[in-house]
Amino acid sequence: MTVTLIWILAVLFAIGLYLSWTAGRLDRLHSRIDAARAALDAQLLRRASVTQELATSGVLDPAASIVLYEAAHAARQAEEEQREVAESELSQALRAVFGEPAQVDAVREAPGGDAATHELTEAVRRVPMARRFHNDAVGAARRLREHRKVRWFRLAGHAPFPMAFEMDDEPPPALADRAA
Amino acid sequence: MRIGIVCPYSWDVPGGVQFHIRDLAEYFIRLGHEVSVLAPADDDTPLPPYVVSAGRAVPVPYNGSVARLNFGFLSAARVRRWLHDGAFDVVHVHEPTSPSLGLLTCWAAQGPMVATFHTSNPRSKAMIAAYAILQAALEKISARIAVSEYARRTLVEHLGGDAVVIPNGVDVDFFAKAQPRPEWQGDTIGFIGRIDEPRKGLPVLMKAFPDILAARPRTRLLVAGRGDEEEALELLPAEFRSQVEFLGMISDEDKARFLRSIDLYVAPNTGGESFGIILVEAMSAGAPVLAADLDAFAQVLDQGAAGELFTNEDPEALAEAAVRLLQNPDRLAELRERGSAHVRRFDWSTVGADILSVYETVTAGAAAVAAADDDRGPGLRARFGLARD
Repeated sequence: MTVTLIWILAVLFAIGLYLSWTAGRLDRLHSRIDAARAALDAQLLRRASVTQELATSGVLDPAASIVLYEAAHAARQAEEEQREVAESELSQALRAVFGEPAQVDAVREAPGGDAATHELTEAVRRVPMARRFHNDAVGAARRLREHRKVRWFRLAGHAPFPMAFEMDDEPPPALADRAA
Repeated sequence: MRIGIVCPYSWDVPGGVQFHIRDLAEYFIRLGHEVSVLAPADDDTPLPPYVVSAGRAVPVPYNGSVARLNFGFLSAARVRRWLHDGAFDVVHVHEPTSPSLGLLTCWAAQGPMVATFHTSNPRSKAMIAAYAILQAALEKISARIAVSEYARRTLVEHLGGDAVVIPNGVDVDFFAKAQPRPEWQGDTIGFIGRIDEPRKGLPVLMKAFPDILAARPRTRLLVAGRGDEEEALELLPAEFRSQVEFLGMISDEDKARFLRSIDLYVAPNTGGESFGIILVEAMSAGAPVLAADLDAFAQVLDQGAAGELFTNEDPEALAEAAVRLLQNPDRLAELRERGSAHVRRFDWSTVGADILSVYETVTAGAAAVAAADDDRGPGLRARFGLARD
């Protein structure tokens, strides 16, 4: 009788240990998502800021300036639900303006243009990178959260179900070309 | 930035991953970052100042061949100590799925971690069995890098998740500025690789060589690499053997001069390649490249725009393409030019900057989160979780 009881307690303890370990894993995944999201936010903000600076600097023609300014402004002001759409539109605006290498060269020739192009290039390359890392973390957390043990024992607590950030982040070809 | 890099393979044995890590570490040091590399090495091998030895790797049968791995209590302790002493801003693990230092680091490390996946091995039985353990360790990696689109695809299929593609780097100017050697010039075809490893494809080239000689009798085949020369020549009829020269293992300097000298570089590899750094080196040196149409090679050669491709494991296709190229100096010149332009994207200045932006992306995010819960100490559960893994 006592032996059985000891066994039952041992098994319960082992299960508890395993569940605790899983909860720890999940906790770590959630903080990884937080970090990835913060990085993505920073990169998106940086891209919008650089675009806005370029748009107001006067090196671009007025039409391109307005298009870029509008898109960058909308991306920065967007509500959370509208964010993915607004950021995608900024990508499209950037592609439309910097579709031709000649346009990039024109910006480079302006005073301070070299630094601005460099910053914009960095920004448009890092957004897809940060987004991929974010969605990778989200995928890993989701896979674990969909598991029975996590659902049955509510190991995720009150943490919201993680959502991927979906947007069009294709950089303008003239800026993304690595052969330069 | 304080950067810790983990190399899973012995530092004393030359290999693609080791060279990649060496060049990467030296690139970051030149930029003024603090770099420490943890690698398996014999105690008596001389190491560069930035390498810390994790002890000797033990040869064990793994995944169908004998691999030299580091594991066990002692290695784990060394990994922990290295992580503790280094206090790194970012830890960069190479090949985290091999049961060696990479995996041990994933277990022990906290904070921003970046991992590079070099090989595109089909999923092994051992990996399926260890999937749960592996997944728990790999979850800690904040950013994954695959060396090619092909390697990324295998990674996505076998482990889930996603990765950014950053190719392996090459010091393009080192190859571009090497001096050709006259004795290797004049109707020469080059091959570099292990002679006795069929995967490297020398047998395919040997079978094709008589056809090439039939059209261009003065052609010489120069072979650089370790292995049994007699065995390699068995596939070639005796009358052609005088046209083959074996150079044995060659130094990096000679490799660059070799690639500068030859008229055509042939890569007949039959499979198992995830990148093809040798093609990049050949193009850097301005050698026209003819390669088997493996996925990885096609990608490095820009789907045939920067070098020619032939049907894998088909000696006739190889011979036909080689003869066509050798008889057409204009086409060779065009390939030299295209290759040299294409290869700039693989130069360390580009590749290193890309890897550094990955580091900056993950550290920026981690710093923001760390600042947010600075006042919230580690909970009991988190501590428990850490203690258990």
